[in-house]
Amino acid sequence: MPALQKSPHQIYAEHCEKGLLAYQVEVDTGKAIFHPRVVAPGSGSTGLDWKISGGRGTVHATTVVFEKGQPSHNVCLVDLDEGYRMMSRVEGVPPLDVAIGLRVQVRFAPSGDGQPPYPVFVPLGEAA
Amino acid sequence: MTGLERGSAAVVGVAESDLGAVAAGTTPVDLMAQASIRALDDCGLSLKDVDGIFAATSQLRNPTLQLCDYLGVTPKYQDGTNIGGCSFESHLGHAQAAIQAGLCEVALIAYGSTQRLMGRSKVNQREFNPYETPYRPFLPSSAYALSASRHMHQFGTTRRQLAEVAVAARQWALLNPLAWEKESLSIDDVLNARMVSHPFSVRDICLLSDGGGAIVVTSATRARSMRKTPAYVLGVGEHMSHASISAMPDLTVSPAAFSGPAAFRMAGLAPKDIDVLQLYDAFTLNPIMFLEDLGYCKKGEGGAFVEGGRIAPGGALSVNTNGGGLSYCHPGMYGIFLLIEAVRQIRGERGDAQARNHKLGLVHANGMVYSAGVTVILGDADTL
Repeated sequence: MPALQKSPHQIYAEHCEKGLLAYQVEVDTGKAIFHPRVVAPGSGSTGLDWKISGGRGTVHATTVVFEKGQPSHNVCLVDLDEGYRMMSRVEGVPPLDVAIGLRVQVRFAPSGDGQPPYPVFVPLGEAA
Repeated sequence: MTGLERGSAAVVGVAESDLGAVAAGTTPVDLMAQASIRALDDCGLSLKDVDGIFAATSQLRNPTLQLCDYLGVTPKYQDGTNIGGCSFESHLGHAQAAIQAGLCEVALIAYGSTQRLMGRSKVNQREFNPYETPYRPFLPSSAYALSASRHMHQFGTTRRQLAEVAVAARQWALLNPLAWEKESLSIDDVLNARMVSHPFSVRDICLLSDGGGAIVVTSATRARSMRKTPAYVLGVGEHMSHASISAMPDLTVSPAAFSGPAAFRMAGLAPKDIDVLQLYDAFTLNPIMFLEDLGYCKKGEGGAFVEGGRIAPGGALSVNTNGGGLSYCHPGMYGIFLLIEAVRQIRGERGDAQARNHKLGLVHANGMVYSAGVTVILGDADTL
């Protein structure tokens, strides 16, 4: 395996800066992989390609975090249509109304605490 | 010899350290050492006998070195494996292997935590995960809550059924003088408590306490000359699959589905043979999932299984007879306390909380966010 010119996370973050949700596929099998990494899990293959997700997915699991002195916020797992899963949150609806099975569309949120833009979701059809 | 041999080693000494809220200035190693000396006293051994040291804690980077330094021992063998709360069950399997291989003869497994004294956020170093941290999950609660949302969605499990687990644990705790919680708890109390990470209220979540524990393990041959009834290690199964909850292969299937069958295979036993169970209850859903995954009911039926006080005192199945992590103690990593209680049950030492039948005990311990699981089956001499 050659030396890395850029880390997998750097490539991912650079896509986020451009408003793109990037993921990897294992070239040999076409399997979607998330989070980004240098070898495919299971096979150990280094044949990985970057793709851009259409950003549509379905809520797989959901919770609402109740922090003292803070508004409650949603945390969920989203299954992207390309076949991978990621943690995120659904915005634009009350946190407790985020239901498993809800169809969602990605958008990018600046975190406001020095982190790069990161993907969040809104109900599909309401994406700005 | 092709692997761990059924009954080749036994737990001969067990003890807790001080529990609950410990004296100001107490360190995790103070508690490890206190529990270690008490556990050695329990079986009639001394530090001079110890030639294997096993330890884990979230507060120390090199716990086996710290414990050797503190106790003044130079063991022939050590293992500081850390796979979260089930580390100690993993240590037990590894100690059995080391004893079988002649690498050590008397293994001490110890834990200590001052997370209540120090503050939970100060003792649990969270790794920054760029794919999870920005969403501010309250870990580990939110990870288990995500799993619970799937269990409720797929199988119709209710918050009331989750609450049954907390209520049963509290009833057992009221029979345990060492338990932290001293007041009765109703299902409505659980449902109406402050919400932490939906569907979990603060009463669906384990305690925040200080404490430590230790067990002493030796060969079956040497165990026979000890002071108290040995608890022979009949089966051990270990499984791990992920670190982050977003990578859990199936949010409703825990590592117990793999570690459990492995332990039963090694022991030559089936779920129905077990008299008393200790199941890592960091959250109320855990015992429900573990009962399913270990074969006590079908997948998805765990919620209905625990209804009507079935796992409470007087119920059909004795589970978490010390009050569990929900009501007895939970100093960060709970696994050592499952083993301590299982051994005491096998010895018949548990007084008001003694299970009617207690020859065979099962422990299932959990690590991180359903990341790892270790199942241990222990039995008295009649089960060899």
